[in-house]
Amino acid sequence: MSNSLQHLTLRQLIDKSRLETEIQSPLGKAILRRDFLKGIAAGSLVILTATDGTTTVAASDDLATDENLSPSLFVAIEPDGTVQILAHRSEMGTGIRTALPRVLADELGADWDKVVIRQAKGDKRLGDQNTDGSNSIRFFYKTMRIAGAMARTMLQQAAAQQWNVDTNRCTTKNNQVLLKGTKKSINFSKLVAAALQLTAPKPEALKFKSADEFQYIGKNFPITDLADILTGKAVFGIDARIDGQVYAVIARCPVVGGVVSSYDAEAAKKVPGVIDVIDLPKFQGAPLFQQLGGVAVIATGTWAAWQGRDALNVKWDEGPNATYDTEAFSAALKETVNKTGQTLRSQGDATGVIAKAATKVSATYSVPHLAHAPMETTCAVADVKTNDKGEVTSCYLQAATQNPQAVQQAVGPAMGIPNEQVSCDVTLLGAGFGRKSKPDYCVEAARLSRILKKPVHVTWTREDDLRHDYFHTISAVHCEAGLDAAGRPMGWLMRGAYPSITSTFAVGADTPATWEAEMGLTDLPYDVPNIQVEVGKAKAHTRIGWLRAVCHIFQNFAVSSFADELAQAAGVDPYEYLLDILGDDRQLDLAALKLGNRGANPNDYPYDIGRLKNVLARAAKHSNWARHTDLPQGQGLGIACCRSFLGYTGHVVEVSVTPAGSVSVDHVWCSIDSGTIVSPDRVYAQVEGAALMGISQAMYGEMPMKNGKTVHSNFDGFQVARMSDAPQEINIDIIKSDAAPGGVGETGIGSFAPALCNAIFAATGKRVRDLPIKNHDLSWTNQ
Amino acid sequence: MATINVNGKDLDVTDVPIDTPLLWVLRDHLGLTGTKYGCGVSERGACTIHIDGAAAQSCVTSLGDVGTGKILTIEGLSDNGDHPVQDAWRDHNVPQCGYCQVGQMMTCAAMLKDNPDPSETEIEEGMWNICRCGTYNRIRAAVKTAAQEMQK
Repeated sequence: MSNSLQHLTLRQLIDKSRLETEIQSPLGKAILRRDFLKGIAAGSLVILTATDGTTTVAASDDLATDENLSPSLFVAIEPDGTVQILAHRSEMGTGIRTALPRVLADELGADWDKVVIRQAKGDKRLGDQNTDGSNSIRFFYKTMRIAGAMARTMLQQAAAQQWNVDTNRCTTKNNQVLLKGTKKSINFSKLVAAALQLTAPKPEALKFKSADEFQYIGKNFPITDLADILTGKAVFGIDARIDGQVYAVIARCPVVGGVVSSYDAEAAKKVPGVIDVIDLPKFQGAPLFQQLGGVAVIATGTWAAWQGRDALNVKWDEGPNATYDTEAFSAALKETVNKTGQTLRSQGDATGVIAKAATKVSATYSVPHLAHAPMETTCAVADVKTNDKGEVTSCYLQAATQNPQAVQQAVGPAMGIPNEQVSCDVTLLGAGFGRKSKPDYCVEAARLSRILKKPVHVTWTREDDLRHDYFHTISAVHCEAGLDAAGRPMGWLMRGAYPSITSTFAVGADTPATWEAEMGLTDLPYDVPNIQVEVGKAKAHTRIGWLRAVCHIFQNFAVSSFADELAQAAGVDPYEYLLDILGDDRQLDLAALKLGNRGANPNDYPYDIGRLKNVLARAAKHSNWARHTDLPQGQGLGIACCRSFLGYTGHVVEVSVTPAGSVSVDHVWCSIDSGTIVSPDRVYAQVEGAALMGISQAMYGEMPMKNGKTVHSNFDGFQVARMSDAPQEINIDIIKSDAAPGGVGETGIGSFAPALCNAIFAATGKRVRDLPIKNHDLSWTNQ
Repeated sequence: MATINVNGKDLDVTDVPIDTPLLWVLRDHLGLTGTKYGCGVSERGACTIHIDGAAAQSCVTSLGDVGTGKILTIEGLSDNGDHPVQDAWRDHNVPQCGYCQVGQMMTCAAMLKDNPDPSETEIEEGMWNICRCGTYNRIRAAVKTAAQEMQK
């Protein structure tokens, strides 16, 4: 293969891979193997790396015939020096499609200009592909380094043989093996053949670069898709095209669980361009990632399909969720959290201590449903082929998905074929925020393509996106504390109630899961002698899904707002108060607290109070926190900190509130400690973005529902932050660390909203306990 | 059949009703997918194009409304991705997911044509497009850089 691939857009690469896979008609192992090998030149050195770090070395020629070599993460060094690296995580704006290959390239000593990044299809043998949960660098940083080190070592050995020197004298840089102390060098391209004759070193014998030798890790670099994005060539799910495709827009019941009662197919078919009208059955059992069901209009273009849908005049049998009213539901949640619930954490006698305390403080907080609203709505194109009996013989998709394996798992059963026979290419994503790890739209496209025997592109309109989301839950959190004479909390009680994400996967699930409560409630970091954490029941009436930062959105809002309220009650500076109640530098006993720690080993990822205090202190320092007492009425600083997705953030937010009550976020400071950082500029970008998403959520975020239907269906009603809402400055401070890499994408959200509301309190004396802020009268008069 | 002028070329559009928004004509019928769908109601600006040099929302501009107007899309903004606005976006590493950025750049390019030296307020008012990734601070910086470059 030539370097010309570098100049192909993602779409061209996808098209190329498709042509190569279509050569095979029977489904099964052969096609997958061939798929995986697509475009690797004969005679290449290929390093296959399993996600557990074990590696296999092979020649590309051998791979073509060896039935036992599974697809796995790989780097291939081709005879012309091109370095192909597989990107198996989805690009939705974090830069991951660039960052992980960069890690491998650094360890290898590759010339970045010679690197071709190949986007992987969904395949469980690649390990976790669910680009969600801020996991990508954490899961694969080591794996990519092992693959790079293996390839580098073999090239070094090949060069050492030619020079007749010890391998230790060889280093690599910019696709060259260099001989230390000399000016000798050999290009990788001239070593591939010799390297293939060597016995691969044992993984445990590999030597890794030290941090001061890194050429790419920890350095800024543009994302690989930048040029395509700036010229409009980047291919998102909405841009995916398969020859002969038709376009579908689907009418779905505005109430989850409702079914079609009647519609006018003929009226839709009269719309010029409309080809067909097709029923889609309602999902069975729990929603999972099944299609919602409804009526699809198929046309020669998106607009004609949309017009056809408008002409359908569908009547719905809306079902039992048609009584859902979020205003009443929120009030009921507040009642629930004021009653005893199910205990998830109990230490000492919090309720007894609070009852006897000199000062008792209590507050209840609430956050409404939120929508993901990624700029690109959910979109996918599917091409399903069937035989004479109607059995599916091939199933291919191009989708904007955070998780192509979930596409396989959802589409396979719907097509009656094994999951691994669903072939899914991943386009760029016009953001995801968790929505695009739920591939109901892919199932819709596949079902329609099977019926129509044509490629079908499903586009969700913005109205579809906002009416039929997997919504962020609706919540109430109640906090109580008893303070001693010095104002320190001696007892701390918290109760949360909210429809659980598990309700989307199991009919009747009505209690927050422990892993949900752990995002802010049960992992309470404060050094308080008596702690009680409970959760209450809440039934779901719509599809509940995870949204960027998930339960940290409302649980850290409650916890960090309440800490500020306690500081006020104690008459102590909020920053000093937080430092005090966080207690001594120490690690929480995760096992004793039964905290899952996102599945991460506590030795690599402890809950480190020292690190939490450090980001808090640095945010305070950078914002010149001490000046907060000198600010005039109408201006305020607020502070908060949290650990989320295995990273630590401290936020200080500065606001101005006009006497009429209009809030502007003037300045944001955030210190973040997520251990080892691959791409500082993209960390800055994520934390900047988190502040803006935090503004959207806290200032405007709400998706009210009446009669089971969303009240808003476009951005005129569902407000999000615009440039006029952006702070004048966002100062981000990344803690330099060689600790194991934690999360970043979601980490910047948790402490933002409480810092903002604490700042509003400082400016106005008004406490916002029920988000969004826009619903509150924050006007003030001179005092 | 209608004929429209896109990026300097006259293109025939067949079998498409004239009330079809230009957005979908460009995307589904002419294969110019750089212009993005965001809301369909002119609320967010992803679909921004230029007609006779002025910014327009292609989601609410119908094929029939264009007439002989000269349409410019991102595909025609520059030959090599080197319009000063694109350069500024590159210099500031503005895009995260990148989906809205075409509309942002087209809005910016039209704004700077009319107002080469916008104030902070004029930038905020002019750059009204939504970005859910939250790249506003970098967009603001890139607009200023592009303005400076275009004045040279």
